[in-house]
Amino acid sequence: MGTVAAVQVPAAGKRTQTGDVIARWVAFAFAASILVVAILLVHQLWTSSAETRHKFGWGFLTSSQWNPVTEDFGALPFIYGTVVTSFLALLISTPLGLGAAIFLAELAPPRLSSALTFLIELLAAIPSVIYGVLAIFTLVPLMRTTVEPFLKDYFGYLPIFKGTVFGVDYLSASMVLSVMTIPFVISVSRESLLAVPREQREAALALGATRWESTWQVVVPYAKLGIFGSVFLSLARALGETMAVTMVIGNDPSIHASLLAPGYTIAAVIANEFSEATGKVYQSALVELGLVLFCLTIVINALARLMIVATTAKGSKRA
Amino acid sequence: MRTHMSKSSCALAAMLLAGASVAEAQNINGAGATFPAPIYQKWFGEYHTAHSGVAINYQSLGSGAGIAQLTAATVDFGASDMPMTDDQISKLPAKAFHFPTVLGAVVPTYNLPGATQPLKFSPDVLAGIFLGTITKWSDPKLAKDNAGVKFPNADIVVVHRSDGSGTTFVWTDYLSKVSPAWKSKVGANTSVSWPTGLGGKGNEGVAGLVKQTPNSIGYVELIYAANNKMEYGSVKNAAGAFVAASTESVSEAAAGAAKAMPADFRVSITNAPGKGAYPISSFTWLLVPVHIPDAKKAAALKGFIQWMLTDGQKECAGMYYAPLPKAVVALELKQLAMVQ
Repeated sequence: MGTVAAVQVPAAGKRTQTGDVIARWVAFAFAASILVVAILLVHQLWTSSAETRHKFGWGFLTSSQWNPVTEDFGALPFIYGTVVTSFLALLISTPLGLGAAIFLAELAPPRLSSALTFLIELLAAIPSVIYGVLAIFTLVPLMRTTVEPFLKDYFGYLPIFKGTVFGVDYLSASMVLSVMTIPFVISVSRESLLAVPREQREAALALGATRWESTWQVVVPYAKLGIFGSVFLSLARALGETMAVTMVIGNDPSIHASLLAPGYTIAAVIANEFSEATGKVYQSALVELGLVLFCLTIVINALARLMIVATTAKGSKRA
Repeated sequence: MRTHMSKSSCALAAMLLAGASVAEAQNINGAGATFPAPIYQKWFGEYHTAHSGVAINYQSLGSGAGIAQLTAATVDFGASDMPMTDDQISKLPAKAFHFPTVLGAVVPTYNLPGATQPLKFSPDVLAGIFLGTITKWSDPKLAKDNAGVKFPNADIVVVHRSDGSGTTFVWTDYLSKVSPAWKSKVGANTSVSWPTGLGGKGNEGVAGLVKQTPNSIGYVELIYAANNKMEYGSVKNAAGAFVAASTESVSEAAAGAAKAMPADFRVSITNAPGKGAYPISSFTWLLVPVHIPDAKKAAALKGFIQWMLTDGQKECAGMYYAPLPKAVVALELKQLAMVQ
């Protein structure tokens, strides 16, 4: 075996080079195909929504009408619902997820940590309709009978906790979304915390930092990029989540300041209405909503990147 | 060894023959309405068992998708819970017939703690509740129709379908007929701009919300309510009688409409005349091209429709679909003869 390899050494060098070229182009083709799919997607959304783009123009984004009978369509209530539920979900899931990740990466005994990590990754694999059904039977009654009356009684002076309590509303949808996004926050944050070099921790401890100080002031900032990444991954999931949200949000296409009022999201309305949408304008409006969701995702992700750039620049200056 | 060989070669030959006959089966593709899908699947299955030469594939994608696929000529027939509009018909590549297949009904269902007897609803009360003008169960209009029921002084929580559906079309078509205010403010469609209330996805979504939310009212298909033993109210019909939905009262609504059936079967039978007629009833239709170029396919499809209109109707009652009245079947058989 060894002799054969030795004989082929001169040829091997050359072969590797051609192999590299091929591998390079194959990899490039794979990478490019993703871009091509994205471009085709936008193209399809753009052409299929021509009807409403011409009919309503920019007004589509600012109108709160959604009337399939008179074919008068606007996207604002759906954009509002999507953004509110996603951000509220992140507000809940980020601290919880980050805390859990710190525990798993820094504090937990290794055996417990790997068992818990396995379970958490299992959570991420549960289909969203299961979360929806669970939410209908457990979360919604709990919210209606206990949590929301409590919020209303004690914080009812705030405009976000006003109105009749139904149990299906922005808040319930956000709770479900937060449970669904937590596994992503934990899983990715934990990986990036574990990737922090041992020397960083040792240096901090050597300088007299407590365990907590070393974790919070050295390890977490070092893993900041990965943690941000986990949050954006969750955000992407929350923005596009459909089934679980539509089952608990109340599906009411209007804008309410109160989190206890029913709302609607872009993905939910498309899933609900597309199959029975008759008429060119109606279908076109739903496709344009898809386009809006696509753009919304891009805008939010771009803002997130900007935030990363801004915060990391600040961090390095301080350093 | 020899006998074993010949046995296995026989089996092989038989398998090949069976394969050949399967390959020769006439495949027919359809798509559309979800509401009649359970009985359609049963029909297609039974018809295939009796006539192994005909295999009908049906995708229950929704009425809108059924019409769209028929327009794109990707299916041999479509199915819809509402008749096609003139505009939709004008876009078809070839003329198509409407064939009513069975009847369905939509019933008001509610969760009112303390209601000891099935509630009765007048058309104007239903319209008022869903318009948001009647907001409390203690409204005197409700009390007037329901002597003996003690209504709580509670807000009415309205629940409607959030997904586009034929059920919503029938419900809003009915409300448009009985309430001018509904007609001008909301109208009839598979999805509408609801003046009030929560949206639940599918019959099960509406039923779940109603079951969980005290003092709520929603609407579901009769089949769903009957199969799940849900309580539902009776509705005052055009003749002034309160009628509960049942296969009989729904068929009676169709019988009333049959007397004035238009030649193309595009008819709404909500608020139908007749003392025993349930007013929130509707046909559901197959949409079949008048000219089918493939003669074998045409013969197979005609054979099925013939069977569906006669023997197939006997399947209805067990599944809570209302069968077609005899007069309508006779008219449809005449139309079937014109399919080529």
